Formats: sequence, C-alpha cells, structure tokens
Amino acid sequence: MSMMRASQLGAAPPTAHLMRWVIVATLPGIGAMTFYFGLGIVSNVLLAALFALAAEALVLKFRRRPLPPALMDSSALLTGVLLGASLPPASPWWLIGTGVIAAVVVAKQLYGGLGHNPFNPAMVGYALLLVSFPTYMTLWSPPQPLIPENLWGKISGTLPGSALDALSGATPLDAFKHKGEAVLASEFWADRPLPEGTLNAWRNVALAWLAGGLLLIGKRIISWHIPVSMLVSMTVLATLFYASAPSHYASPFFHLVTGATLFGAFFIATDPVSAATSRRGKLIFGAGIGVLVMVIRTFGGYPDAVAFAVLLMNLCVPLLDIYTVPRPTGQPKSQQRTGQGESR
Amino acid sequence: MSQWRELTRNGLWSNNPALVQLLGLCPLLAVSGSVVNALGLAIATLLVMVGSSTTISLIRHQVPSAVRLPAFVMVIAAFVTCAELLMAAFAYSLYQVLGIFIPLIVTNCAILGRADAFASRQPVLPAAIDGFMMGVGFGAVLVLLGAIRELLGKGTLFSDMALLFGPVAANWQLTLVNDYQFLFFVLPPGAFFVAGLLIALKNVLDQHLAARAQPATVAPRTERRVRVTGTIK
Repeated sequence: MSMMRASQLGAAPPTAHLMRWVIVATLPGIGAMTFYFGLGIVSNVLLAALFALAAEALVLKFRRRPLPPALMDSSALLTGVLLGASLPPASPWWLIGTGVIAAVVVAKQLYGGLGHNPFNPAMVGYALLLVSFPTYMTLWSPPQPLIPENLWGKISGTLPGSALDALSGATPLDAFKHKGEAVLASEFWADRPLPEGTLNAWRNVALAWLAGGLLLIGKRIISWHIPVSMLVSMTVLATLFYASAPSHYASPFFHLVTGATLFGAFFIATDPVSAATSRRGKLIFGAGIGVLVMVIRTFGGYPDAVAFAVLLMNLCVPLLDIYTVPRPTGQPKSQQRTGQGESR
Repeated sequence: MSQWRELTRNGLWSNNPALVQLLGLCPLLAVSGSVVNALGLAIATLLVMVGSSTTISLIRHQVPSAVRLPAFVMVIAAFVTCAELLMAAFAYSLYQVLGIFIPLIVTNCAILGRADAFASRQPVLPAAIDGFMMGVGFGAVLVLLGAIRELLGKGTLFSDMALLFGPVAANWQLTLVNDYQFLFFVLPPGAFFVAGLLIALKNVLDQHLAARAQPATVAPRTERRVRVTGTIK
C-alpha cells in the first residue's frame, strides 16, 4: 500500500503487530500452566503452532494465494497457540492435528481466510475435539512435576488407554459437575475429591491469564468492553445461583478462577474478527457469553462452556452489529434507527 | 426416448433433489449415519415416490386445484403407511432403528414438490419415470452420505447390513480402520459438513464440465472479497 489512509495516520497498528502482542501476552498463562502441569503444555502449544502454520500454507497453496503475507501476519500462529493452550496437557499429536485442521482449514480458510471467518477458529477446533473425542479432552492430569511420567508416550499416542486413565484426574469444574445431586456442596469440599493443590494451581493459572489480559488492555490491543462485561455477567449470575442455594451451586469465585473463564474472557472472546465491533455491541456480546457460560456450566452436559458460549455469541454478531451502529456525531437520536434501517 | 434421458438427467444430476433442490434435508441429514440406515430409508423413499407420482398423475383431472395439496399429502401418506408396514414385516430391526423417520417420509418436501410441480401436470408414464429417477437421485446421495459418514466416523463400511438383508449379510462388514471413532461424523453436525462438501463437489464438477464444453471463452476472474485486510496481489 503506497498511500496511508487517514485512519492509519494515528497509531492503527497492522494485523501482524496485534497478533504478535497477543502471542506475547499468552506467555504468562502458558508459563504458569507449564509450571503446574508440566512440559505437556509446551508440547501442545508448539505442535499446534507448527500444525497451524503448515495447514495455513497448504490451503494458501491450494487457493493460489501468496504465502508470505498471510503467514507473516501470525494469525495462524496465534490460532495454534490458543488452541494448544486450551487442550489437556500432553495431548496426542493426532488430536492436536485434527483440532488445528478444523480451526485453520475449515473455520478460517474455507470461509475466505483472515477477516472473513464468522466463528472463532480456535474454538471451532476445540468444540470439534470435545464433541468427537470426549475421553481425551477430559484427561486433565493433576498438578505434577515439570517433566511428567510418560510424556513421550502420551504425545505419540502410544500409551494404552488404561495407563492414560491412571494418570488423569478431573478438573475442579468436572469434579463439581459430577458430584451428584444428592451431595451437598459442603460435603463435596469436605471430601476433598481433588488432589492436593489442584484448586490452587487453577487459581494461579487464572491469575497469570489475567496478567496477560491486562497487558493487552494496557497496550490497547483489545478494549476492556468484552472481558469486563463477560466477567461481570458471570459474577452476577453465579452470585444469584449461589445466593439462591449455596448448598447446591459453586461460589462465584470458583466459577471465575476455574476452567477457561479468564483465558476465554481476554484471549478468546476478544478475537477482533469474530467478535462484535461497536462498543455497545461488545458489551452485549461479552455479557451474552458470560450468561451462556453460566447456564451451560450449571444445566448443560459439559463441565466447561467457554467454547460453546463464544461460538453461540459469534452467531449473534451480525445482528448485534446491525442494531448497535454508533450514532454519528451531531446526528439527532431519533433518526438513528430509520437511517440505519435504510442503509442496511 | 429423449424425454426419458431428460428425466433421468434431471433426477440423478442436474436437478437432484438432495444436492440441487436441497429438499428432504431432514431425513437426509438425520438417517445417513451408516450405509444400512441410508439404504433402508432410500428404498422406502423410492417406493413412496414412484407410487405417489403415478397415483397423483392418474387422479390429476379429478382433484380441484384448491384442495390439491391436502389431496396429494393424503396419497403420499397412504404410500408411506404401506412402506412402513412392509418394512415392519420384512426388516423389523431396521424398522426399529429408523423409528420416526419412516412416518416422516410424508413430510419429505422432495416428494410433495415433485407431485405438485411434475406429476400433477403430466401423463402417467413420465410421472412414474420422474418419480423413480428423483427417488434414485435422492437415494444415491443418501447412501453416499451414509458411506462417507460411516467410513469417517467409525472406520467401517456396510456394518449391520443384516438388518436389511437378513442373515446372508451378517459378514458383509468391511473394517478399514480398527479401533477408530470420530464422533463428529456420526453426530448431526458431521452430516451437515459432509452434505456441504458433496454439494461443493458437484458444483466443482459442473464448472469443470462447463469449462470443457466451451474452452474458448474464459471469463476474467474478479475479486469478490468485500472486507479486505492486508494487501492482495
């Protein structure tokens, strides 16, 4: 591009710059997860990133598009990193590869490439894996040393299923979800069904994701609207549930620090392509995700719900974008609706 | 004879109920989890389509146009009931597997659509041929979809064929990959996905054939992207 548009005279940063900062901001979270769950996290992220670049290059080749600009904008790399970070530690290579193909080839490139995908690619990959291979996707190991046992056997997929079961444990959300109707929350906590330190580990990982997210907001890579509205709506709903029957529901704090809540709020829901664009739209989008996460976690069949909630709200984005077009400066309020209806 | 060829081409390819008219998608997507399910429903649909097209063509002068749709639905429902009873008599276990989707053939828009658009305006023979070809076109896509989904979802082909053909078919199952399951393709989303790919494949083949027919005129490729990020060369 030889000429700069007026909007670029300020500091409208190019795509690659944004993507790289998001990748940098994932480092605290990935580091904390590696500290608690071992090198299986690193292998996930590296494999997923590698597969993502390879898949992107392959599709670009098929579409006869130039490789360097699309590969250099790091968007495929970011998709790989985000998907890798959301998989259970030391996932087998074929699981990661399948998820990445669904994310990059189907969710992104089949819809026309970066900027055209209606759904968050990483979450499409995650949802496909969760629906297709539930046994592998719920194999979270309890906190363990940096180099866990059988790391290679797990990644290469050669470890038999029984050995896998022995190494795995439930996530806090999973355990609470399957405690059974008859077990009261207080009895559940008194029983200590989780290995020592599990809840601590999850809380600290969540704090690390929060740190990365605050970095992104500080750098103005993402705006505060989506994460804040998502977390607020989750907290409000979780408090309502908890206040109505503390013996049945988990506390709001539990919902905020376990599962993919903070990771999802700052790194997944804020995807600039598939999220709403106007400020009011972003607030509604984030709040919708928060409500859906709580509803699916509480009443649905799956322990965590961030991926499904984000995908469902992605579906609403075209509508949100139409109904929340910002009023142009100086235009009276009453004309807003009609003018907009005609232009669309 | 040329009418025969035209009807055949229409039903099987250029106006295929599943790939072009996109009618009858509900059974197409719901029952195509394996070859045997797909084949069972395909045969039932074919029977109903031939029977109802023929009958509707026979009664076309007697039915006032104001009530033609309810009348056609009654005819179709009668044939569906026949198909259902036949299946319950001769393939009871498959009948149980397919469940509600056999009565639901009544609501298959491909059948009512052909009845109203073709059979009610044509003599008996073309109507019967059209019904047969449309039924075969629909059934072929159904079975193909079932085969792809069974292969990708469970790594097998022709499993449980005994449900339809009796004990003779007990060992027809081909296991291509052992110990393999990819639930996505067994579940409904996989049906949408594979059906979409099949439609895309048909369009690619059509384009290819059209291009081969007239190689001289090549339309310039135009850029159709609406939102553009980055530079496009």
